[in-house]
Amino acid sequence: MRIGRTLTAAAFLALGTSLAQAQDFKIGLQEDPDVLDPDQSRTFVGRIVYASLCDKLVDITPDLEIVPALATGWEWNADGTELTMTLREDVVFHDGTPFNAEAVAANIDRSKNLETSRRKSEVRSIESWEVVDEFTIKMTLSAPDATLIAQFADRSGMMLSPTAFEAAGDDFGLAPVCAGPFKFVERIQQDRIVLEKFAEYYRADEISFDTVTFLPIPDTTVRLANLRAGDLDMLERLAATDVASVEGDDGLLLERATSLGYQGMTINVGNGDRADNPLGQSNLVRKALSLSIDRAALNQVVFEGAFAPGNQPFSPASPWYNADFPVPERDVETAKGLLAEAGFADGVSIEVQVANNPVQTQVMQVVQAMASEAGITIELAAKEFATLLADQSAGDYTASQVGWSGRVDPDGNIHQFMTTGGGINDSKYSNPEMDKLLNEARLSTDPAVRKQSYDAAVALQQEDMPVIYLYHQVWIWALDDSVSGFQAYPDGMIRLHGVSKG
Amino acid sequence: MLGFLARRVLIAIPTIILISIFVFSLQKLLPGDPVLVMAGEERDPEVIAALREKYRLNDPLPVQYVAWAGNALQGDLGVSLRTNQPVLQLIGEKLPVTFQLAIMALIIAMVIGIPAGVLSAYKKGTWVDWLANLIALSGLSVPNFWLGIMLILLVSVKLGWLPASGYQPLSEDPLQSIRTMLMPAFVLGTAIAATLMRHTRSAMLSVLQSDYVRTARAKGLRERTVLVKHALRNALVPVVTVTTLLFGELLAGAVLTEQIFTIPGFGKLVVDAVFNRDYAVVQGIVLCTGIAFIFMNILADAAYRVLNPRMRDA
Repeated sequence: MRIGRTLTAAAFLALGTSLAQAQDFKIGLQEDPDVLDPDQSRTFVGRIVYASLCDKLVDITPDLEIVPALATGWEWNADGTELTMTLREDVVFHDGTPFNAEAVAANIDRSKNLETSRRKSEVRSIESWEVVDEFTIKMTLSAPDATLIAQFADRSGMMLSPTAFEAAGDDFGLAPVCAGPFKFVERIQQDRIVLEKFAEYYRADEISFDTVTFLPIPDTTVRLANLRAGDLDMLERLAATDVASVEGDDGLLLERATSLGYQGMTINVGNGDRADNPLGQSNLVRKALSLSIDRAALNQVVFEGAFAPGNQPFSPASPWYNADFPVPERDVETAKGLLAEAGFADGVSIEVQVANNPVQTQVMQVVQAMASEAGITIELAAKEFATLLADQSAGDYTASQVGWSGRVDPDGNIHQFMTTGGGINDSKYSNPEMDKLLNEARLSTDPAVRKQSYDAAVALQQEDMPVIYLYHQVWIWALDDSVSGFQAYPDGMIRLHGVSKG
Repeated sequence: MLGFLARRVLIAIPTIILISIFVFSLQKLLPGDPVLVMAGEERDPEVIAALREKYRLNDPLPVQYVAWAGNALQGDLGVSLRTNQPVLQLIGEKLPVTFQLAIMALIIAMVIGIPAGVLSAYKKGTWVDWLANLIALSGLSVPNFWLGIMLILLVSVKLGWLPASGYQPLSEDPLQSIRTMLMPAFVLGTAIAATLMRHTRSAMLSVLQSDYVRTARAKGLRERTVLVKHALRNALVPVVTVTTLLFGELLAGAVLTEQIFTIPGFGKLVVDAVFNRDYAVVQGIVLCTGIAFIFMNILADAAYRVLNPRMRDA
């Protein structure tokens, strides 16, 4: 009896110690992710979860260089139509399915052909693929596509277990099975997503947490309060207005990286009847509006200087930025002159639609005040985001304050917005010269050659201005000061390799 | 009685059908395209078309409705367009959360509101009455979201007494569950407490002037006994009626409270579903709420007949 009791006590003690050692890492997200299936999902926060759950064929460095991940290397043929990738040989999926060229082939097929795939345009250039040997795959493209490698650094390159998705089909996202550092445990919608360490992960020694929990907390004040109260270890997207208070807090750390995306005003230049107005018809009026804005002051007023003023699809921190066109100083006189030259010496009146949240509304109110001094009267139409998007797509707008989350490859930040018939070209801007430049930029795998095309495209964009760029968001993470090893990436992801606590 | 129930259920069926048609058409009137929201930044025309096809959004409205209603009759409310989770399962997960919040808020409201009402009626015109009124008025006037954030800053961040937000299921860790729910329940409860206090006060005032209270006092009963046993018991009848009515208000108030404290309940589910144009979820929730409401009414009617025999032949 006594022995039994002692044993029980010992067992409890052992359990107690193991519980004490099990380390959970809690991350506060701004939204609840959508479906956890990389082929079907669309949210930024979903990608943050994938960074711990699903490894990709390649990854990026903080300087946007593409480096091996599940793929150990790749090679292009001479005319850039064949891509051969070699793969790691020590990888298994969370369900024990081996990772090999067959698995990559099945994943490409799914991204291309799953009915509800949101990845179709990203992998469209892949025409066929061939399993060369167990760990080598060759893809044949319909035309040279320099952007493909960068697609593999995001959701299109995430490898899912073929066994799991063949069994689950569309429902794969309810219990995703990948090859990342953590495996899926449970999800309670709007409450939490829990992952646990995958013991057979090929870089398991770099992972120091037993579990990671993602908690969606939309209110920025409440999210920060949770971090301060010790209920979170880190949070993403700290409000710019809270930066000063976090900097003054000894218990918290701050990390930041300029995002790959932008915020700006998309102008309707040819999308239906509503393009028929001075702003839509005259690039001089658009240039006047752009010049009337003091972007540094905008950043200071709304974001306390925490974001990055911008005037191109690429941020000034990006290697693709065209330095010949720096962020312009505000110049009200020149703006008035341009208006007069366009035949509107008495000023113009335009409507700009904006999402009905406090931050974007404030951005547009500042722009409104600045533009009015140059003779441009802006009327703001605040709309709930889903409505704004539908109106913009249908051409029921004059100008629209929207942004883009950003892509690793420059093509993803400009091609579909500026080319004739581009998927998100809601301006319906069309210029054969622009089409030519942006299509050419896809052909070469040489960054120097591509840079020339993008420089020329940006120059043309500065002249035609179907989009007036305003600023680039800066990802701001706040962390408990016991957390070390976190590295900020411009894609806004949270990579837990090398991160530890205490 | 059985015949009565059967008649009421039969009458309820057309009402439920009307509700479902109403909800179905109403949300199609919402501006914004669900497919654009679902496609996110992938705006490829081919993808958009495939999604429209998949979720039958190209069909004429009546066809869409019949398809949905047919499945609903078999207990299949469809899957969330956003997460692919079955709608019925989502509702089942969220309902207990909001229920717990509402019950706790109601208890807090009663604990604050009823004694405050009794006291202010008893001490009518004195500083106690004024104070109780002032507190009640502040409870009504202070916005939920402000009180919520202030409480988080004070109780969680400064004092570290309670978790700032989130949710722990009652079945997993009852103590922690009550701790996380305490602040939101308080925020929700104080608003209701004010209404409850005002009703208790007026009911008590009229009861305190009645003959039997005077008689009780004349008999030489202790003031406490008069107040609690004679006056309050009778004053509580209208208060109980008000409390049941307030329960609906609680569920509505929970929508905002759940947003502030990030509680994964029914209210948050509805709000997120509307913003994401997650039609299947919105339809499912409204249908379930409608049915629940109708059956609660039937039950209430039945209860009256049990309690009051005179209504049975009416």
